[in-house]
Amino acid sequence: MENPYLPYPVRIDNITVETEDRNLKTFKFVFLNPEHEGRFKYTPGQFAELSIAGKGEIPIGIASAPTEKGFVCFTVNKVGLVSSHLHNMKVGDIMGIRGPLGNWYPWDQMEGKNVVIIGGGFAFTTLRSSIIYMLHPENRPKFKEITVVYGARGPGMLLYKDELAQWEQRKDINMHITVDSTNDSTWKYNVGFVPAITEKKITSAENAIAIVCGPPIMIKFTQPVLEKLGFPPERIILSLEMRMKCGIGICGRCNIGDKYVCKDGPVFSLAQLKTMPPEY
Amino acid sequence: MTTMLFSKDEWGQGLLAVGKSIKVFVPVKEGDFTAFQLLAEETVPDWAYQNTRMSPKSIVYPQSEGMFKYSLEEGDPEANIVKEAPKDYTLQAVVGIRPCDAHAFQIVKRNFDNEEFRDPWWVQRYEATTFVGLGCNEPCATCFCTSVGGGPFGKNGLDVILHDVGSRFLAEGLTAKGEDFLAGLTGGQAAGEKELGEAKDLEGWAGEKITAGISTDQLKNKVVTQLFNAPFWEDVAFSCINCGTCTYLCPTCWCFDIQDEVFGKKGDRIRNWDSCMMPLFTLHGSGHNPRDKKTQRVRQRFMHKLKYYVDKYGNGIQCSGCGRCVRFCPVNIDIRQVAELMNNY
Repeated sequence: MENPYLPYPVRIDNITVETEDRNLKTFKFVFLNPEHEGRFKYTPGQFAELSIAGKGEIPIGIASAPTEKGFVCFTVNKVGLVSSHLHNMKVGDIMGIRGPLGNWYPWDQMEGKNVVIIGGGFAFTTLRSSIIYMLHPENRPKFKEITVVYGARGPGMLLYKDELAQWEQRKDINMHITVDSTNDSTWKYNVGFVPAITEKKITSAENAIAIVCGPPIMIKFTQPVLEKLGFPPERIILSLEMRMKCGIGICGRCNIGDKYVCKDGPVFSLAQLKTMPPEY
Repeated sequence: MTTMLFSKDEWGQGLLAVGKSIKVFVPVKEGDFTAFQLLAEETVPDWAYQNTRMSPKSIVYPQSEGMFKYSLEEGDPEANIVKEAPKDYTLQAVVGIRPCDAHAFQIVKRNFDNEEFRDPWWVQRYEATTFVGLGCNEPCATCFCTSVGGGPFGKNGLDVILHDVGSRFLAEGLTAKGEDFLAGLTGGQAAGEKELGEAKDLEGWAGEKITAGISTDQLKNKVVTQLFNAPFWEDVAFSCINCGTCTYLCPTCWCFDIQDEVFGKKGDRIRNWDSCMMPLFTLHGSGHNPRDKKTQRVRQRFMHKLKYYVDKYGNGIQCSGCGRCVRFCPVNIDIRQVAELMNNY
C-alpha cells in the first residue's frame, strides 16, 4: 500500500543566505532517485514537508517553479527545532521531502486576467514560484498584466534580490519593491508599507485577481485597500500557515472549521475565509 | 447468515483455540476497570462488563506507533534516509466489543480511509480485524447510543453480534468475515426459536433502559460562524482543566502527533495520540497560536464532533454515544448538554 508519510530522499545541492539577519536561507534540493522528481509534480502555491531524520518535519511553501527542472527550492526561516537544524546543515547532506501537498493558486481562474501579487517579508516564496512560472515564455501569454508589490522591513531583508533586480528590468512585469524604512541613500525603489504602496500603485481591479501573502498585520491592512479598489472577495486569494504534522488532512490539527489548511488549503479566497471561523 | 448457540465455557474454549492462530482480544478486569487484553491460556474474560475505560481504538490505532526507522551513523550509505518500520498485520479479533465502539470505528474510518489518502497502518490493521460485538443487556446511565444512530444491539461495524442469554451466547454472523470467524470455532449448536425470541426480548428491554439522549437534528442547518461565536462557550469551558481525558478515552478522537526519537545512532519516527485540549497542538513555530486559550480548545473539540464533522461528511456526528467522556470528565462537562446548547442555538 502506498505510504503518504514516506519522504523522498534528497541531497542539499546549494544553500543561499537570503537576508542580512541570516535567518532566511534558500535550500536547493536534488532527488537521490531521479524517478522521484517525476512523481513530485507540483503547481505554484503548494507546499511540502521537509523531513530531517532525528528532528522531524516542517511544512514549507515550494519556492521553485515547475518550469525549473532538476531541483526544488525552499526558503526557510529559522524559528524552531527543525528549521534551526536545517540552517546548520551543509551542501551534500541527505534529508527528505514529502509532497507536494495542499492546493495551489487558482491558475485556471487567473488565465486571461491581470494578476496582482502582493507579498510581504519572507512570505514571498510561493509568490516567487508563481512569478517564475508566469514569466516562462510558454505561460506568459496566458496572463495579461502582471503587477507585483513586494515589501520587507529593509533592503537587506528582501528575498531573491538578484531576481527582483532582473524583473525590474523587464517590460512584461510591473515591479513595485518597497521597504518599511531605510537609511540607504542608494535605495532606488519605494519606501512605505505594503498597504500604502498597494493603494498608490494599483489603480484598478478590473479583470484582475490579487494574491496576497504576508504577515497577518500586512494582510489585515491590505485587505481594505483591495476592497476599496473594487476587488470582490472571490478575487482576493490568500495563503495560510498553520502548525501541521501529516500534511494530508488526517492528523487533525490544522483545521479551520471543517477545512484542513494542509489539504483543503493553504490557498483560500477571502470569500471562502469569510464563511469559516476566524481561527487562524 | 449463521446463528449459533454456545455455552459460555464452550465459547471460551473456542476462543482459546482460535487464539493460537490469530490474535484475540477480550475484556478483562484490571483493578476497578475493564480493558481489552490479548487472550492467553490464563486469561479470565469479563463478559459481564459494562464497557472498558479505554476504548478499543488502540487495537487498530495504537497510542504510540513506529512509522519509520533510520540510521544516523556517519558513513552508512543509507544514513538519514527514513525506511518503513516493519509491521505485523496478523489477523486479529476483538471479541466482546460494545456496539458503540464498533460504530466508532466506522466514524473514524472516514478520516483514515478516504478517496484521496489511505493511512496504511490504520487501514491494514483495520482490515485484519474481525469485530465480534457483545450487545448490551445493561447499558450505563451515561449511554446515549440510540440517539446517534446506534443501539445496545446495533450492528453497524460488527462482523458478529453476541447476545448474552443467561449461561449461553447467541452468536449471529453479520458479514463474510464474521461467518469465517464462527466457522473457525469449535462447539456450538444451531439456535432454536426459543433463544431467538429471548434475544429479541433482550434487545427490547435494553433499548428501553437508555433514557439519555443527545439532540443533533438541527446541527447541520446551523451557520458555522454563528455557532462558533455563540455566547455559551465561556460557560461550557469554565470548569475545564484541559486534562485531555475526554480525547484519550474517546473512541472517535483520532488526532495524532508525529515525533522523532533518537537512541544513539538509530532513530524512529513515531506517531502518538494527540489532543486538541493541549495548547501545543496548534502552536506555530513563530509563537503564534490560533487556539492558545482554553475556551478556544474546548470549543474546537465540540465543534469538531458536532458541527465540522457533520458538515464535512454529511453523515451524522463524530460521536457513538459511549458516554466515556461524560463518565470520566473530572469536572462533569457533558457533551449531551453541549449538543443541546448547539442544537437549540
